Amino acid sequence: MRESLVLLAGQLVQMVLVVLIAPGITGVVRRVKARFMRRRGAPIIQPYLDLIKLARKESVIAENASWLFRGAPYAIFAFTWVAAALVPTFAAGLMFNWAADVVALVALLGAARALLALAGMDIGTSFGGIGASREMMIATLAEPAMLMVVLTLALTAGTTRLPEVASFLISAPFAVRASLALALFAFLIVALAENARIPVDNPATHLELTMVHEAMVLEYSGRHLAMIELAAQLKLVLYLSLIICLFAPFGKAAAEASPLIWALGATTLFLKLVAGAMMLGAWEVSIAKMRVFRVPEFLGGAFVFAFIAILLAFLTGEALQ
Amino acid sequence: MRLRLDPLAAFFGLIVNIGVAAASVYGLGLDRDHELSPRVEPLFPAFAAAMNLVLIADDVYSFLFFWELMSLSSWALVVARHDDPANRHAGHVYLVMAAIGTMALLLAFAGLAGGAGDLAFASLRAAPRAPYVAGLVLVAALVGAGSKAGLAPLHAWLPLAHPAAPSHVSALMSGVMTKVAIYAVIRIIFDLLGAPAWWWSLPLLALGAATAALGLLYALFDNDLKRVLAYSTVENIGVIFVALGLALAFRATGLEGSAAVALAAGLLHALNHSWFKSLLFLGAGAVLHATGKRDFDGLGGMIHNMPKTAAFWLVGAMSIAALPPFNGFVSEWLLFQAVLTGPSFPVPVLRFLSPVVGALLALAAALAAACFVRAFGVAFLGRPRDPATANAHEAPRAQLIAMGALAALCLAGGLFGGVIVQIIKPILVAFAGAALPGMDAGPTPFSLVAFSAARSTYDAPTVAAFLLASGCLSTWCAHRLSSRRTRRAPAWDCGFPEPSPRTQYTASSFSQPLRRVYGGLLFGAVEKVDMPAPGDARPARLTVTLRDYLWEWFYRAPARAVSRVSLWLDRLQSLPMRDYLLMMSGALIALLLVAAGLS
Repeated sequence: MRESLVLLAGQLVQMVLVVLIAPGITGVVRRVKARFMRRRGAPIIQPYLDLIKLARKESVIAENASWLFRGAPYAIFAFTWVAAALVPTFAAGLMFNWAADVVALVALLGAARALLALAGMDIGTSFGGIGASREMMIATLAEPAMLMVVLTLALTAGTTRLPEVASFLISAPFAVRASLALALFAFLIVALAENARIPVDNPATHLELTMVHEAMVLEYSGRHLAMIELAAQLKLVLYLSLIICLFAPFGKAAAEASPLIWALGATTLFLKLVAGAMMLGAWEVSIAKMRVFRVPEFLGGAFVFAFIAILLAFLTGEALQ
Repeated sequence: MRLRLDPLAAFFGLIVNIGVAAASVYGLGLDRDHELSPRVEPLFPAFAAAMNLVLIADDVYSFLFFWELMSLSSWALVVARHDDPANRHAGHVYLVMAAIGTMALLLAFAGLAGGAGDLAFASLRAAPRAPYVAGLVLVAALVGAGSKAGLAPLHAWLPLAHPAAPSHVSALMSGVMTKVAIYAVIRIIFDLLGAPAWWWSLPLLALGAATAALGLLYALFDNDLKRVLAYSTVENIGVIFVALGLALAFRATGLEGSAAVALAAGLLHALNHSWFKSLLFLGAGAVLHATGKRDFDGLGGMIHNMPKTAAFWLVGAMSIAALPPFNGFVSEWLLFQAVLTGPSFPVPVLRFLSPVVGALLALAAALAAACFVRAFGVAFLGRPRDPATANAHEAPRAQLIAMGALAALCLAGGLFGGVIVQIIKPILVAFAGAALPGMDAGPTPFSLVAFSAARSTYDAPTVAAFLLASGCLSTWCAHRLSSRRTRRAPAWDCGFPEPSPRTQYTASSFSQPLRRVYGGLLFGAVEKVDMPAPGDARPARLTVTLRDYLWEWFYRAPARAVSRVSLWLDRLQSLPMRDYLLMMSGALIALLLVAAGLS
């Protein structure tokens, strides 16, 4: 009993920590981008200030908004948050990790995306529709690619549960596996697309020809917008920690370890997240936004890489049983 | 006539009768003067009874008799409103396909029975047969039952006939009758045909995976709410066929544990699909009743006038898109677990095929989400596209009860999938050779474990509890810590709101990016822009043409060949007497020669 309470406490601490650092990671990305552009840039805590500002303002809702429009931000946040809780961040084997596996993780993110697209269509403006339509088109390529990537890893590790995959990858003798390299490549493309980053989408623009994510949330304001922004920031942390967990898993604490080791694990993870955010910022300033109809080719590449990866894993890998 | 009820028949009986019950309750709310007629009322119970009787038939004669009864009663329901030429066309296509299907089933049973002549299922099971006969029976069974279920390329009648029937019958045909066809596949291939060979799974896997991906692409490019639902049935049938194919392959190669997971996925998906597809069809029927429209271009904003129907439909849409915590995800999850054991196939072809199938399933799941975001978003959200629909009314109470019950089942099936898997254990043992390997290994009684707890778990109640808790927590925080002021104002729309609802995204514009990605190769999609010259005041036009290659190759080409041959044979009808005499003597000589050659 006491043990499971500790695990639950660890889970809750992890969930709260992830939300707390999420805006900071976005702040790091923005800061790095600004410095590369030789601007001073906003302070790293700016996203926190933005969220507080949004929360203080009144929420202006379109006259014909339905209950779905008002409820969606909280549901989107909840789905994203629970998905983030599934990723073993600083400690493996926490309370919630056994409840669902990577397939469920992909599906939870899919649910959040579907709700966001529906919220975009609720007011009946052309921008909302354009965003929802493009988002779902991107998803039809990115989601199967992501599923195949995680299944490739699951095949290699012999389990679809993330903590076991991570601990397998830590303990397994280091070897360059072709399927894992392809999977990483595909996963990076998917992560860029899913987080609405350059070259698929530009989080800093409201130009109608290019926007996807921003077009869907155009009608939101106040606390609703704060919720959606926080969910998007959380999703970025989720993807970064998923990449870290799967492809750079060293330095993670075990669930039953002492709080000191947990703290050490959390510090390592934090440093890795900041490094990932800096790399993302550097990537974003080094490449231009793509035309929307070039995106399917880009993501089709991810799909093909992921497919080759899973094919290799099936044909060369050890049987699971 | 022999009848018996075994666990498999009982499970499918559950599917049939829950669907029938929901459709009947829904039917109480129908308009007695316009929607029900003497053409519908007596045939509805006949249709329901026929489906039940197919399940408990225990010999070939009664099976085929009840099968035909099911086909004909549903055909009569399809043509109940025969004053619409489209419905007559649908009825015609359906009748032809049903006749072909029954003939194929007849051939399948002939192959099963051999020359012995005993038509009881028990003696069919015991009869020895050569491998090539088994292959022919497999093909005939797939044509016969697959045409009823909607396996591509035999699916073309579904999107015509299912929407043509009254909505509660559409729900039965799409949600339930296709499951009776799945039952026939399981009964013939898993039960009567004897010990499986691995290559039997190839047609099921290939056709199933192709059907799954193709069905959704059809659905994404269609603009009729009920037809979209029928095409999505095609997709789900493909998923079930993939699960059955995997179960067959695992069973044949001695991997009983994986076979149990795959078969459980197939059975569970059949059950789940009967719930959410019935729900979606009933909801579409309520919208049709309230507005008189099922075309996306005439709908929009139904969530304001029909909030409860919209909420139930959203549950159905999330279930069918395999999103947790609803039931569609449970069967999808089990299926992926089964696909993941593909590397243990001893046969290289299957080892190669399973990731291909897995990729197509993943694609189908993502396309399903896009398809139902489009369907719900265009029909229920936004502003009414047609002023006539603006004063639509909420569905009557009986219909709401039927839809609400199905929506509750979708949620319950999502939460307690582990319990259902326990219940169907006898079927798994009988037809896959084992129960789920990790059945009792879960940390709680409700968690679903495919193989072992260390390998994969899905504990839906915990996930749902975390979802609920974090949703409530975030709502509470947002209302406690931030400003609760809310103001209604005109839509912002980047500063240029356009009052006309025609500027909204339509269903066609929603699928336009997808059409550009997937439509060119598979549907020969061509977009033509007619841009007037500068100074010309006429509006620019965009026309899109899509080609249905399957219809052209598998339906129109044979139909044309048949009519050409019959035109040619028509000449035999009016020959002079001497030509007939000549033909008769020629036939006699030919037969004598054959007889001489044989002896």
